[in-house]
Amino acid sequence: MRSLLRIIIIYHFQILFVILEVISISLLLNHNNFQKARFLNITQSITGRIYDKINNTTAYLSLKKTNYRLSEENTKLKNILERTYRSDEIFFFGESDSIHHQHYFYTSAMVINQTVNKQHNFLTLNKGSDVGIRPEMGVVSPNGVIGIVVGVSKQFSTVISLLNLDFRVSAKLAKNNYFGSLHWDGKDYRKVKLDEIPYHIDVNVGDTVITSGYSSIFPEGIIIGTVSNSEVKGGNFYDIEVDLSVDFKSLVYVELIGNLQRKEQIKLEELSND
Amino acid sequence: MINPVSRNILRMFILILFQVLVLNNIQVSGYINPYMYVLFILLLPFETPRWLLLISGFAIGISIDLFANTPGMHASATVFMAFLRPYVLKLFMPHDEYEPGSYPRLYYYGFTWFLKYSLVLVFLHHTFLFYVETFRMTFFFHTMLRVLLSTLFSVFLIILSQFFIFRKQK
Repeated sequence: MRSLLRIIIIYHFQILFVILEVISISLLLNHNNFQKARFLNITQSITGRIYDKINNTTAYLSLKKTNYRLSEENTKLKNILERTYRSDEIFFFGESDSIHHQHYFYTSAMVINQTVNKQHNFLTLNKGSDVGIRPEMGVVSPNGVIGIVVGVSKQFSTVISLLNLDFRVSAKLAKNNYFGSLHWDGKDYRKVKLDEIPYHIDVNVGDTVITSGYSSIFPEGIIIGTVSNSEVKGGNFYDIEVDLSVDFKSLVYVELIGNLQRKEQIKLEELSND
Repeated sequence: MINPVSRNILRMFILILFQVLVLNNIQVSGYINPYMYVLFILLLPFETPRWLLLISGFAIGISIDLFANTPGMHASATVFMAFLRPYVLKLFMPHDEYEPGSYPRLYYYGFTWFLKYSLVLVFLHHTFLFYVETFRMTFFFHTMLRVLLSTLFSVFLIILSQFFIFRKQK
């Protein structure tokens, strides 16, 4: 302490000089717009370069979070799109739901567990009834159909996978709208079967298979895959093999689809069946 | 006779007013801006404590700044100059020491000594000031020309003042 004091006394001239210069320069930079702008220009070109480097690294590290945020945003946008898009199409039944005639709504979730190598495969998602997920909601990824929600807890939900012998979904050929029933045969996780396509229509390798929209779970037109093989088996129907467009082994983010008019549709259908 | 402290303070005010009211309005073809107020630092007595030198430099610089609306610009340059004054004085020491009771004036140490002394310090001050003002190296030579011409003009005024105003004081 004493030696520090002595140093200050010995060098008081230089120290005072530095202090006064610092005060002047800071005054200069704070109150003179031109010098301030120049100073910021110079410092920012230096710090900017450093930040750029750091940012490159951290951006890579936070890709996961970014992806998640983007998928959240996607679902939000899809909700808006659904709202604005469908409102013009529904003429008479529009009043049936109070939320802007919205037919479907979307929400995103992350796959936290799944199997592909069993005969009855399921997925677990990181969202549950807390955010409004209910059984019988459709699950899709940007590449296509994944499955249907079967069980819901507060935080999690389980999804019956397309790769499950018990799973069936109504699907159709995109080019001519002939629909059939799609199911998995339990062999290859990249291939499913499409039945009930009548013999007389033309099926080629590469034809797109999409959801039909009859099931009240999936909207119409979600991609499932492409035809990879088709042959006539005995009767009047094709036996079609479909290459899935979704790679189940690399699933991370999925979207859940809720049908707001499902109740009404099912009620009406039951009425007619009776 | 008023004491040296109040005399210096009075001189400071006169120089500030002269600088602000007269010299700041002189600008010849964009090259010459005389800054004569540095004379105050030049004329401070030899015995002035060095810390007081810096404080005075800061005080007069910031006063000019307040009038010119450029806070910090003249202050930094004048502090810089005040900081260098003891070293310049040492450099131009005529014999072994400055005579006690004398002042750093033309009258005591002659024309040549005073010219060298003021030229060096004014040049340093102006260099600092003009480069801080432009704040870039792009117009280096252009600024250097302004520094040189302004220095000559300022020194001219300072020497002139020595002949006419600051005579020997009893």
